[in-house]
Amino acid sequence: MSVKSLPAVDYLKIPKDGDPYLEGHKCGNCGAVFLGERSVCSKCFSRDKMSAVKLNETGILHSFSVVYRSFPGIDVPYVSAIVDLDGGGTVKGNLINIEPDPEKIDFGMKVRLTYHDALGRKDKEGNSYLSYFFEPA
Amino acid sequence: MSDVYVLGVDMIKFGRFPDRTVPNIGAEAALMALDDAGLTIKDMQAMYCGNLGQANAMVGQRILQEIGQTGIPVVNCANACATGATAFREAWMSIKAGIYDVVLAVGVEQMGKGLLGGAGGGDGIPKEGLLGSGTMPCVFAEAGMEHSKDHGTTFEQFAKISVKNHHHSTMNPKAMYQIETPLDIVMNAEMISYPNTKLMCSVNVDGSAAAVLVSEKKAKELGMGRAVRVKASALASDPYTDRDLVMPDVNACTRLAAEQAYEMAGVGPEDINLVELHDCFATAEMLHYENLGLCKDGEAGKMIDEGHVELGGKVPVNVSGGLLSKGHPLGATGIANIYEVCTHLRGEAGDRQVEGARLGMTHVIGLGTACGIHILEKV
Repeated sequence: MSVKSLPAVDYLKIPKDGDPYLEGHKCGNCGAVFLGERSVCSKCFSRDKMSAVKLNETGILHSFSVVYRSFPGIDVPYVSAIVDLDGGGTVKGNLINIEPDPEKIDFGMKVRLTYHDALGRKDKEGNSYLSYFFEPA
Repeated sequence: MSDVYVLGVDMIKFGRFPDRTVPNIGAEAALMALDDAGLTIKDMQAMYCGNLGQANAMVGQRILQEIGQTGIPVVNCANACATGATAFREAWMSIKAGIYDVVLAVGVEQMGKGLLGGAGGGDGIPKEGLLGSGTMPCVFAEAGMEHSKDHGTTFEQFAKISVKNHHHSTMNPKAMYQIETPLDIVMNAEMISYPNTKLMCSVNVDGSAAAVLVSEKKAKELGMGRAVRVKASALASDPYTDRDLVMPDVNACTRLAAEQAYEMAGVGPEDINLVELHDCFATAEMLHYENLGLCKDGEAGKMIDEGHVELGGKVPVNVSGGLLSKGHPLGATGIANIYEVCTHLRGEAGDRQVEGARLGMTHVIGLGTACGIHILEKV
């Protein structure tokens, strides 16, 4: 069986020739940006106005928590972050390459997307996955 | 349209009952509420049952199989942490619509221990700890940290909410715990998801609560002595806000339901004498002081610092001990908080009685999202 590297979520795109990126779906009527494919806008209710857009690589930290207890087998502590990407779209992910100490993390700090193996996690078939993370910009 | 009254209402003492079944736990509260109303199952014309963990397993009917199979219509509701409030509201609506005069609402849940939530399931690999955390302590920590960002709210201020609610629970024999937790104990407890320590997370317990709702005609016939008027019932889903699908917006949903409830009741926040709100985490309670209009935006920290939300304060919040200490059996919570407010309006709350209470509010919010608010009035 061949072992592949797959995207951890469907809005992470891995082009054959090129760098991975996050894909949003933007409403052509009101500009709302969603993660994942859809045909109707839940903000302005327009139908068939959605188009795929490549989301920006940089953004601002909106909120976060430092997680000290998670499910068994999950490494802690880590920073769970909510990021508003420049140009639209809000994404949740781990903030890495920063000390997981609430005192040392600033709201509004600039962050950028970075792509790595999904912490060594594999599915039942043994496939590896690529995921996205945030790091200080 | 007829006013609707709570004629009987009760809850079991919350605890852990691994040897009992969900219907058995629910049946106990149902019988207690019937007794409180001075009625029997034969008097009930319909039943609305709230339960989340066995949402596909006909819990309402199985309760009737324990206490009396009269053949009445039963509707089972699931609406996350607003499940109990939704069952109560469905009962209220059926009387408002003029279909029934006497209806039973039951909420029940049997919980495991441990963390709720998490981005599990689906294809591929587990996402928890990979794409942030979907655990409830973290989701509500992130909501609280948004308040810190906007208003400078501190870890200590969030922790004080837990101190308050644990203190209140020492006066509530039906709470899971009756233990004082001073500030240093709360702040030094195991950090689960900053700023929520273990003592700032609601307690997973088993529990049930039930209410008998009646029309005005029926209330007059049976005696209004201990009846409580349902002055408003509001239920909202999450309106679109920019981050809602990534970071559930408990604020917008609560504000929407609160606005509708105040309008229906014809009262304002300043008229409310006590509130039982959804303190699933200490961070959540802070947000809802503002969301429910108990203070202006940005003043929630002052509400806890200055004691306005304590028993004896301007608007006591969660005098039952709240979800933080009374416990949070998901499907039962929305009716248990109605029991608490009714108990105060009836003047039967003992040591924790809010003196002179005439109007009280209950609030629950379940992620996904559903917010249920009721305003209750002493008759």
